[in-house]
Amino acid sequence: MQALIAEDEPLLAAALQRQLKALWPTLETTIAADGATAVQQALAHRPALLFLDIRMPGIDGLEAAAQIIESWGDGGPLPLVVFVTAHDEHALAAFALAAVDYVQKPVQPARLAQTVARLQARLSAQAPGAAAAVSAPEEPFLAQLRTLLSTPTPARAPRLQVIQAAIGNQLHLIPVEEVLFAEAADKYVRIVTRERECLLRTPIRELQAGLDPAVFWQIHRGTLVRATAIETVTRDAAGRQWIHLRGCAEKLAVSRIWGYRFRAM
Amino acid sequence: MLRIPRDQLSNMARDLLVVVLINTCIAGLFALLSGKRLDVQLVYAHAIGLSIWALIYFGRFAFPVEPPHYWPAGWQRVALLTIGTSVGYTGGTLIGDWYGGYSTLEMLTSAPRRFWGLVAFAAAASMGFTWIFVREARLAAEQRLLTDARLKLIESQIEPHMLFNTLANLRALIETDPPRAVEMLDRLNDYLRATLSASRAREHPLAAEFARSRDYLELMAVRMGARLQFTLDLPPALSAIPVPPLVLQPLVENAIRHGLEPKPAGGTLTIRARHEGDLLHLEVADTGLGFAPAPDTKPATAEGSGFGLAQVRERLQVRYGSAATLSVQPQGAGPGGTIATIATITIRTPHPKLRREP
Repeated sequence: MQALIAEDEPLLAAALQRQLKALWPTLETTIAADGATAVQQALAHRPALLFLDIRMPGIDGLEAAAQIIESWGDGGPLPLVVFVTAHDEHALAAFALAAVDYVQKPVQPARLAQTVARLQARLSAQAPGAAAAVSAPEEPFLAQLRTLLSTPTPARAPRLQVIQAAIGNQLHLIPVEEVLFAEAADKYVRIVTRERECLLRTPIRELQAGLDPAVFWQIHRGTLVRATAIETVTRDAAGRQWIHLRGCAEKLAVSRIWGYRFRAM
Repeated sequence: MLRIPRDQLSNMARDLLVVVLINTCIAGLFALLSGKRLDVQLVYAHAIGLSIWALIYFGRFAFPVEPPHYWPAGWQRVALLTIGTSVGYTGGTLIGDWYGGYSTLEMLTSAPRRFWGLVAFAAAASMGFTWIFVREARLAAEQRLLTDARLKLIESQIEPHMLFNTLANLRALIETDPPRAVEMLDRLNDYLRATLSASRAREHPLAAEFARSRDYLELMAVRMGARLQFTLDLPPALSAIPVPPLVLQPLVENAIRHGLEPKPAGGTLTIRARHEGDLLHLEVADTGLGFAPAPDTKPATAEGSGFGLAQVRERLQVRYGSAATLSVQPQGAGPGGTIATIATITIRTPHPKLRREP
C-alpha cells in the first residue's frame, strides 16, 4: 500500500511520515514538498492514499487534489484524500460531513489513528466488489471538492453582457449569448463561438464569476460550456466522458469531478 | 434632520452633567455677589447655560462633521459658537426674566456695563466649554485609534496559521531533536513577548528591532527549511537609534507570506539598515514572487499585503509626521541576485555619531 504526503514544511512532512509508520507499518510513504510535485508524483506512482497540506507554495492542496483526480483517468478507484491543515476554518467546516477525512496540525496520534482506521475500512470495502462500486462511494467526496473549489469566486459579481477580446489590433465585442464554450489554455482563455474564436488574458475563474452558472456549466477545471449547446455526451473505452456540441466539430473532455451532471443519462 | 452617531450619545450624559454642575456653581456665585434670590439665579444660569450648550452641542451635527470627534473646524466652529451663544443667551435670559419678573433689556439703558459684562461672561463660558469638549473628544478619538492599532498589530502578528504550524514543528522537534526544540521554544517565547509588549512601548533601539526580526526569521527558517535564507545587516553605529517597536515586522512578514512562502523554490530575505546624510534607511528585500500576481493568486493575498503596509504607514505618520516615509518597489538589483520586492522605511534623523557631539 502506497501513500503520498504533500507538505512544504520538511519537519512536518517527516513527522507525519513517522507517525504513519508507527500506526500502519506496511504503508509505504513518499513526500512531495509542493503542490506541483505532488500532482506529478501522484500521477506517476498512483498511490492509494494522499495526505495533502492545504496551504502549499504554488498549487495548494485543494487544487492539487482536483488536478490529480482530473488526470487520474482509466476508471479505477480514485486515491483516498486526507487534508492536513493548520487553520482553515472554511475547509474544516466543509469536511466535517465529508466522506474524506481531514487532520489538524499539530497532528495528534490518537486523531491520526482514527483517520488510519477510517482509511483502512474504506480500502477494504473497495477491494472485493470493486467493479460494481467504482463511482458510487467517491461521489460525496467529489461533491465536497466541487464546493471547496468554487468558494473563492465572488458570488455577487455583475453578469457580463459582452466579452471584450483583442484580435490583432482590433477590439472585438463578443455578445455572451454567442459564446459556445470557454476553455483555459496556458495563461489565456479561449472563447469559442460558432463563427470565430479568440484569446483572453483574463483567468478563467474571473470570467466564470461574470457568467450565469445555470447557463454555462463547468465540465472541467478549465472548461465552461453553454448547456444548451451540448448535443451528446459519450463515454469512451477508458471510461472518460466527452461532450459534442451543436455547430462545432470540437469535442470537450468532462472531468470526473464535474461529470456528475451527466450521470442520469 | 440631525444625524447623531450612537457613540457620541454616550458622551452626552456626562457632558450634560458637567454643564449642570457648573451652571449651579455660577448661580451660587451670582447669588452671593448680587444678593438676589438663589432660585432666580438658578433659573437664569440653567436656562442660559443649557440653551447655549444644547444649541452648540447638537447644532454641530448640522455641519458636515466627521469622525472621529465630530466637531466642525475653522470658520464653521466660529459660526456655531456665535450663533449658539447669541441665540442661547437671548432665549435663556427671556426665560429667566419671565421667572423673576425682571427685564434684562432695560438693563441695557440703566446699566449698560453690567449688561455687556453678562454677555461677555456668557460668551467666554460657552467658548471655554466648547474648548474643553472638543479637546476631550479629540483625545478620546486618538485613544480609540491607538487601541485599534494595538489590536490589529497583535492580531496580525499572532496569526493562527503561523502559530499552529510553529507548534506543529515544535511537536516534531521534541521527538527528534530536543535541544533544537528548546531553542525554537525560546524564540517563540521572545517573539510572543515582543509582540504583546510592542503595542505598549513607544519606541525601542534598532538593535532590539533587528533581534525581534531575527526571532521571527529563525522560527520561519525551522518551518521552511532550506527554502529560506536570510541575512541581517545592522552597522554597530546605528544600533541605538530609537524606532517604533515592530515597525519592520509587517514588512518582514509580507516578504515571507507573499514573496517567499508561496514560491516553491523559496529564496533570500535581507534586512539592512544604513545611514545617508541625515536619513536612516531600513530595507527589507526578498527574492520571492514579486508583485506580478501569479495566475492562481487569490484576492485575499493582495489585501493582506496592503493591510500590513497601511499599518506601517499609519504608525510612521503618527510618530514622525512627514519626516518618515515607506516605499515599496517591485524589482531591483541588489547584492545576492535579483530582488523581487524591496520595502524601505526612511526616517529623517541625524546620524548618531553627530548627535553625541555637543
